[in-house]
Amino acid sequence: MSRKMKFSIYRFNPEQDKKPYYQDYEIEVDEHDKKLLNALVKIKEYYDDSVAFRRSCREGVCGSDAMNINGRNGLACLTNLADLKEPVVLNPIPGLPVIRDLIVDMTQFFHQYNSIKPYVIDERPMPEFERLQSPEDRKKLDGTIECILCACCSTACPSFWWNPDKFLGPAALLHAYRFLADSRDQAMNERLNDLNDPYRLFRCHTIMNCVDVCPKHLNPTKAIGKIKDMLLVRMA
Amino acid sequence: MNIPILKFDAVVVGGGGAGLRAALQLSEAGVKTVVLSKVFPTRSHTAAAQGGISASFGNSEDDNWHWHMYDTVKGADWLGDQDAIEFMCRQATDAVAELEHFGMPFDRLENGKIYQRPFGGHMAEFGKKPVRRACAVADRTGHAMLHALYQRNVKAQTHFFVEWMALDLIRDKDGDVVGITALEMETGEVYIIHAKAVLFATGGAGRIYQASTNAFINTGDGVGMALRAGLPVEDIEFWQFHPTGLAGAGVLITEGVRGEGGYLLNADGERFMERYAPTAKDLASRDVVSRAMQVEINEGRGCGKNKDHVLLKLDHLGAEVIDKRLPGIREISIQFLGIDPVKQPIPVVPTCHYMMGGIPTNYKGEVLDGIAEKVVKGFYAAGECACASVHGANRLGTNSLLDLVVFGKSAGNTVVEFVKAMPEPKPLPENAAEFSLSRLNKLDKTTAGETLADVRKDMQVCMQQHASVFRTQKVLDEGVKKILEIHKRAQSIYVSDKSRVFNTARVEALEFMNTIEVAVATMAAARSRTESRGAHAREDYPERDDANWMKHTLYYSNDNRLEYKDVHTQPLSVEYIPPAKRVY
Repeated sequence: MSRKMKFSIYRFNPEQDKKPYYQDYEIEVDEHDKKLLNALVKIKEYYDDSVAFRRSCREGVCGSDAMNINGRNGLACLTNLADLKEPVVLNPIPGLPVIRDLIVDMTQFFHQYNSIKPYVIDERPMPEFERLQSPEDRKKLDGTIECILCACCSTACPSFWWNPDKFLGPAALLHAYRFLADSRDQAMNERLNDLNDPYRLFRCHTIMNCVDVCPKHLNPTKAIGKIKDMLLVRMA
Repeated sequence: MNIPILKFDAVVVGGGGAGLRAALQLSEAGVKTVVLSKVFPTRSHTAAAQGGISASFGNSEDDNWHWHMYDTVKGADWLGDQDAIEFMCRQATDAVAELEHFGMPFDRLENGKIYQRPFGGHMAEFGKKPVRRACAVADRTGHAMLHALYQRNVKAQTHFFVEWMALDLIRDKDGDVVGITALEMETGEVYIIHAKAVLFATGGAGRIYQASTNAFINTGDGVGMALRAGLPVEDIEFWQFHPTGLAGAGVLITEGVRGEGGYLLNADGERFMERYAPTAKDLASRDVVSRAMQVEINEGRGCGKNKDHVLLKLDHLGAEVIDKRLPGIREISIQFLGIDPVKQPIPVVPTCHYMMGGIPTNYKGEVLDGIAEKVVKGFYAAGECACASVHGANRLGTNSLLDLVVFGKSAGNTVVEFVKAMPEPKPLPENAAEFSLSRLNKLDKTTAGETLADVRKDMQVCMQQHASVFRTQKVLDEGVKKILEIHKRAQSIYVSDKSRVFNTARVEALEFMNTIEVAVATMAAARSRTESRGAHAREDYPERDDANWMKHTLYYSNDNRLEYKDVHTQPLSVEYIPPAKRVY
């Protein structure tokens, strides 16, 4: 039981292309091809092995296969083919330099993530076993630790497009909140100081594209709001 | 040809749990290290592990590392090396406490301690009843652990080469490892990485099978490279079929579901594990459960219109428990099958999941060659690609995440000691990159022929049909014949993309050259082992045969040779745990 599906995929190979272009494919898909990633793998296996995209887990946990699908950022492995209007237009996630086809240079995204000191800072002597943490304190981390760093959010954010080097972007800010909210972290003041400038945090204008596209249903805008609250409380 | 040479004290190949933990030891000791990863480290397949990491904290009920050791020895069906198993189980609480100190966000009990759930094969008092030993972060434990380890490496400023693929080991005339060749995927450039020590943490090779829980990247690269370099792979016939892979999709549904109280049903609505494992029931060891499921399906009690799966029921746990403890698998089941486990049971089948075998090492992470276990200087391995052996013929759930951090750290420490005692790396041999370049050249020069996709598909079908849960001589012999033909075809596959920049087709072809080696090794080893032990189940030899077969398989690909070496029966400090009948 198979049908044909049309795709239009952004292609660019710097070795031979002066400009990017769209290449059209019409492929057979059957009942086993449920997700967009299945179709992409099929294109690569049977139609054109030169189409380049990142992928790994195929279950939405590694974050490799973020792309712009019919104008919306999402993960190829979690996007149902049945929900897609044809021709399915695939672009790389917006705003980051394109290396090849659907593969972008993630350096700036990870630079922003690294810059918020994404690790628990706790110089106290460690107990023999685990530090204690109440279930209530642990619950504060839900909604932040599920992030897979796929970059769907930051590359859907106009503020991040305009200032990727100065504005941290939703993903890095979500993680900034994750460490601020962790009762084990001892560096709240320093973290808040670092975020308290005109750009790093405050370029968020609650556009909320991030919330719209997050494949893990996370809410960076809410986390950013909580950081802003923490800054206000500290000022008071 | 002038291949650029980069010099480091140590190179770690693989940026998953084991690689990152090893890298931490190296970075913090000031060793000039680089971690090579085919993917950005947080994309590694460690991120997909769900259920938990085992340690005998005893936060809810009494527990003891010695019981954990016993469970692991028994789980391995007495093929595990008891010194390595003791080493791992004794260190478990320290290793997991350390992860918590790294910031890993474990679920908590009311008293603030780490939440632990029951898990298959983990028992109290040397096998009496299930015990809560699996330390969990909902059902996203691997994801949480991988991110915590990566974060710690960011703090330690570990140096990464991201999207680089290792091609081959470089050995000198003494057989010592002095570096690797590697492909920078973004540019297509080949480099030599000249180092005092090379540590492989390259993960598993589940992609030899048609259906597996594994990611596309799990292609057995480390094993392939070791085999090409003339080193053996150990116990490669032992492949774990996880009981609960999502039917049709292959995605993992954690054993943690059964740990939280879920259970398996056949078409008659019977909780059949009560028959196969009266004590542990659905929490018996994975190979036992997978076989039980396969028997139910083979005997006509499978579910669905094709009667080809069984059902995992958990709605009785209630939406609150499911959302708190198992939110990830709820999402997976809805995403891939449109089935909400809060309302309906999940269709599951035994699915290829884990490679118990791998590159032979001791518990210090040193790679060993041959029956005499000669240490291969300069070469180390940890994690799924290694065989220490703690998992023997079958692995307990939650012991892999533990394996990664314990042996990642141990191997890391061994490398630190080794490189600090060495002023300079040993010199590279002449034409160190020649072998790799010739392989690349061959691929590039092939302009017609069978495609990678076709030959790879044939390999996967062959393995699925000939080396699955139940094996017989006739089926294995046929499998060996077929896989050798496929191996021959693999030597001249054709890839149409000949570009340099981020050529993913070339990367997949290179991966396939590793995967096919693992497939051939698996078939050869499986065919020869005429007993049933752990995950290797022979319908024609249904009993475990300790007198003849309590030994590790070593397979060498260059001359298609099998050797057998003794299991380490001497633990480090406690009494040897002698073989017993394995019932749950």
